[in-house]
Amino acid sequence: MNIPADLKYAQSHEWARLADDGLVTVGISDHAQEALGDIVYLELPQVGRKVKAGEECAVVESVKAASDIYAPIAGEVVAVNQAAADAPESVNQDAYAAWLFRLKPDNAADLDKLLDADAYAKVAAED
Amino acid sequence: MAKQTPLYATHVRLGGKMVDFAGWDMPLHYGSQVEEHHHVRRDAGMFDVSHMLALDLDGAGAHDLLHKLIANNVDKLTVPGRALYSCMLNPQGGVIDDLIVYFFRPDFYRIVVNAGTADKDLAWISQHAGNVSVKPRRDLAMIAVQGPNARAKAWVALPGSQAASAELKPFHAAWFGDALIARTGYTGEDGFELMIPAERAEATWDALLAAGVEPAGLGARDTLRLEAGMSLYGQDIDEQTSPLEAGLAWTVDLAAPRNFIGKSVLAARRPEKQTFGLLLEDRGVLRAHQKVRTAQGEGEITSGSFSPTMNRSIALARLPAGVAAGDTVEVEIRDKRLKAMVVKPPFVRNGKVLV
Repeated sequence: MNIPADLKYAQSHEWARLADDGLVTVGISDHAQEALGDIVYLELPQVGRKVKAGEECAVVESVKAASDIYAPIAGEVVAVNQAAADAPESVNQDAYAAWLFRLKPDNAADLDKLLDADAYAKVAAED
Repeated sequence: MAKQTPLYATHVRLGGKMVDFAGWDMPLHYGSQVEEHHHVRRDAGMFDVSHMLALDLDGAGAHDLLHKLIANNVDKLTVPGRALYSCMLNPQGGVIDDLIVYFFRPDFYRIVVNAGTADKDLAWISQHAGNVSVKPRRDLAMIAVQGPNARAKAWVALPGSQAASAELKPFHAAWFGDALIARTGYTGEDGFELMIPAERAEATWDALLAAGVEPAGLGARDTLRLEAGMSLYGQDIDEQTSPLEAGLAWTVDLAAPRNFIGKSVLAARRPEKQTFGLLLEDRGVLRAHQKVRTAQGEGEITSGSFSPTMNRSIALARLPAGVAAGDTVEVEIRDKRLKAMVVKPPFVRNGKVLV
């Protein structure tokens, strides 16, 4: 299972990466893309939308099923990955490159409440 | 504990992602469901369908039993090996199951029923069977080999089988030793369904694999049958569904004087709904149970998914009478209403997009 050590994870299988510019990039884990199977559609949030931690804000649809994506922390959506929406299979190919949206966090320290790679590995293993 | 087919270990060996399906541990895919789908449309793929149940009906009353039990007319079957698709109805005209019946002699037929309904079907058929022996054939494995190159590859894999099956027309079957080779399937492609003794299942599968037939799972089976416009029991049809409203009127023989279970209700009631295909015009994915808004009232999607062949979303939907092919309707997907076009299924047959 591919779980990069430098990322934070939500129980609901999103990853989050804090960049130097203070923005948090969000995607779904490799485990999540594998469980979903062939991804064929991404519904991404509106830029400018304010989201709470744990709020539904995107949908990833595979051939098999639709899966809600939750904001791992509170903040404002400042960008969405249109390239991924145009080629949803890119999430299957590399779930950590094909990010879904970027958040300007209300409080970057909220990231500390998320799981580290070791803790997420246990969650994924039990899934 | 889920039931396992004779090919369970083979699926695990090949990396199949095993899931529960109607109480059976079955492969959903072996890596990519979309690739498996394309393989069947473009070349040849194989499915383990041993979870379905073959039932042999043996005895002088077999013909009369099927006259009574199924909505299609077995009198259409005159050549040994001829197959017929039919619904088996309850007294209210709802579908107990959809099945294929193979004719061999007026006193010997084989029917193949769905896995999820097998116990119920066996009980129902036995209840009406009288002196006809109803024998479940769990000693058989079933492999569906499907795709434009499926027959040619099956002939390579099963030496001697070409002579037995080269002349088979669609919906005909022939014996090859103790195996039955049927030119039937659930994908909209050419191919065979093989019924073989369970102990030869793995060797047969491996021979097909060596001949270049790719394993395909239930995921691809579902998108292939949806593109082919074929019903899935439990989703598009069930005990509350009239076959006349499910796009299956062509399988219901109301004209012949024979009386079958459910006939009087079907004959007396005018269908209020009809089944059509939907092509999503916008981006998104149609799914079962989404609401469809039409000028004639509301309808509902019974099966929806992404079509790998068409690279867009398609569905089967039960719509009010009066809706016609070419109409534009709206589908409620989460908080949106997306436009879809009404079409007459199938969407895809023999590798070609038809809508």
